[in-house]
Amino acid sequence: MSDTATTDANGDDEKTRRDFLTLGTVAVGGVGTALAVWPLVDSMNPAADTLAMSTTEVDISPIEEGQSITVIWQGKPVFIRHRTAEEITSAEAVEPGDLIDPQTDADRVQKAEWLIMVGVCTHLGCIPLGQKQGEAKGEFGGWYCPCHGSHYDTSGRIRKGPAPTNLAVPSYQFLTDTTVKIG
Amino acid sequence: MSSNNNNRDKSGFFANPLVQWVEYRLPVFSFIDDSVGSQYPTPKNLNYWWNFGSLAAVVLVIMVATGIVLAMHYTPHVTMAFDSVERIMRDVNYGWLIRYIHMNGGSMFFIVVYIHMFRGMYYGSYKYPRELLWIIGVLILLAMMATAFMGYVLPWGQMSFWGATVITNLFSAIPVVGDYVVTLLWGGFTVDNPTLNRFFSLHYLLPFVLFGLVFIHLWALHQHKSNNPLGVDIKSDDQDCIPFHPYFTIKDLFGMGLFMMFFMWFVFFAPDFFGEPDNYIEANPLVTPAHIVPEWYFLPYYAILRAVPDIGPISAKLAGVIAMFASILILMLLPWLDRSKVRSSTFRPIFKQFFWIFVLVCLILGLCGAKAPSEGVFSDDGWFTYLHLGRITTAYYFAHLLVIIPLVSIFEKPRPVPESINAAVTKSAEVAKAAE
Repeated sequence: MSDTATTDANGDDEKTRRDFLTLGTVAVGGVGTALAVWPLVDSMNPAADTLAMSTTEVDISPIEEGQSITVIWQGKPVFIRHRTAEEITSAEAVEPGDLIDPQTDADRVQKAEWLIMVGVCTHLGCIPLGQKQGEAKGEFGGWYCPCHGSHYDTSGRIRKGPAPTNLAVPSYQFLTDTTVKIG
Repeated sequence: MSSNNNNRDKSGFFANPLVQWVEYRLPVFSFIDDSVGSQYPTPKNLNYWWNFGSLAAVVLVIMVATGIVLAMHYTPHVTMAFDSVERIMRDVNYGWLIRYIHMNGGSMFFIVVYIHMFRGMYYGSYKYPRELLWIIGVLILLAMMATAFMGYVLPWGQMSFWGATVITNLFSAIPVVGDYVVTLLWGGFTVDNPTLNRFFSLHYLLPFVLFGLVFIHLWALHQHKSNNPLGVDIKSDDQDCIPFHPYFTIKDLFGMGLFMMFFMWFVFFAPDFFGEPDNYIEANPLVTPAHIVPEWYFLPYYAILRAVPDIGPISAKLAGVIAMFASILILMLLPWLDRSKVRSSTFRPIFKQFFWIFVLVCLILGLCGAKAPSEGVFSDDGWFTYLHLGRITTAYYFAHLLVIIPLVSIFEKPRPVPESINAAVTKSAEVAKAAE
């Protein structure tokens, strides 16, 4: 195509102008296509009604010391455990520096007797065992994920196994002494 | 796949005036004849391992045909999906048959394609000038895996749900954007109805992408024609080849007959042989099954995923995910990792032995993927578990491709290669005659 390039009366190189127009057209077309594709991609993100189900209120008065319940928040199980004094002591006794994902027990609870966290293993998303009586609680007395063998302690912190982080603590607030709003 | 062979004999079928009328306007008959007919020269020494390519195409057609019908009865909603599949099994006319064909067809597809790939490795079919043909083949495998994974989610059983949870969570290992990617995949905060809906949509779409990839695969195949058991180039179409039709159409049909007996034996006599009983329990997001196992065709990759420990600053989770994807993507480099000019293992005594070790290692990896990592291989005292075996075989898998193949291809002394397909075939015929 280079032999079609000529110089006009003003001395401008037409080939340069044509290249500019071609590049400009491709760039604008590319940006336009990307903008047009974004709604298609974003439509796959959580929809408004899915986002609307973002809080759950729970009455925790029936949970005795040493008991746990599982509630559903955003489709995920949330573990609420009324911890015993021994569990609290053992959770607080751990030196954070020794942990895979260092966190003190105080960082993970608002009230020491209530441990509230998302019951989804941070490895690949299984539900750890340890909520019900008689279930395996792992080597650290907390929870044990049967899928790939992650052990969590009485603060829900990862102590052994492939999971990279502690069980997540959702944002929550105590509305009263016996009611918690999760989310 | 250019058409218009001017030398075509205008007798027989092509003498028909209606055929000629169409042919003048749309040369579809000559296109077929050039692609899979009398005008496509095929090496005359192909053995039965060359049947598996056409078998894979047959299975793809069966999967699409049964899948279209199943989609007419299936409901992609979390409250109805499981029941709609049970309705297909119990109430829909021949629903049980159609679903069992589709369900076992997935396993058949992988059996056929894995054999097809090992054949390509044994006979060096990936080598110059067929590198791109091989790479497209690896892309076909990846598309098949995505299709199979999403299809397995649709019945919404326990394994469907937890398999989907584990596999989509793999993407959370991606640094920085991982969690956003997972939310985007789910369309929510867990695997839920939006996830099921999109998996159904994509499960329907991907087979047509597969058709497109298969078309390109065949296009690349026809450029340099089939490799053959001797691995030598076609020197002369007349001497070394016979027409695809009728010789290989009939051979492929015969193989297909045997394969269909194998396939239908499972459909009619052991339809749940490849499946997991847990998938007949409806999905429950609050109860994880004791052992989550993928379908058998993913077991070797699952073993690799679990085998990798923490590597320096890279967590075991991310390292496992990288290793698992690398185990497939690395196959694309095979044409350059293997530097030997000799294609067929028949003339590569060292490579041949390592090939069979590699096949064995892939099977052992599958076994490791099926077992709990903590389970002992020989005894229960935990000194040698399936996790250890999985680590050794994972290391060997990568060593085979990245170290052994390059070194063997440099240092091995291949046996002499015949000058042509025809020379080798006629010579062995003479030897056989002399032996009589």
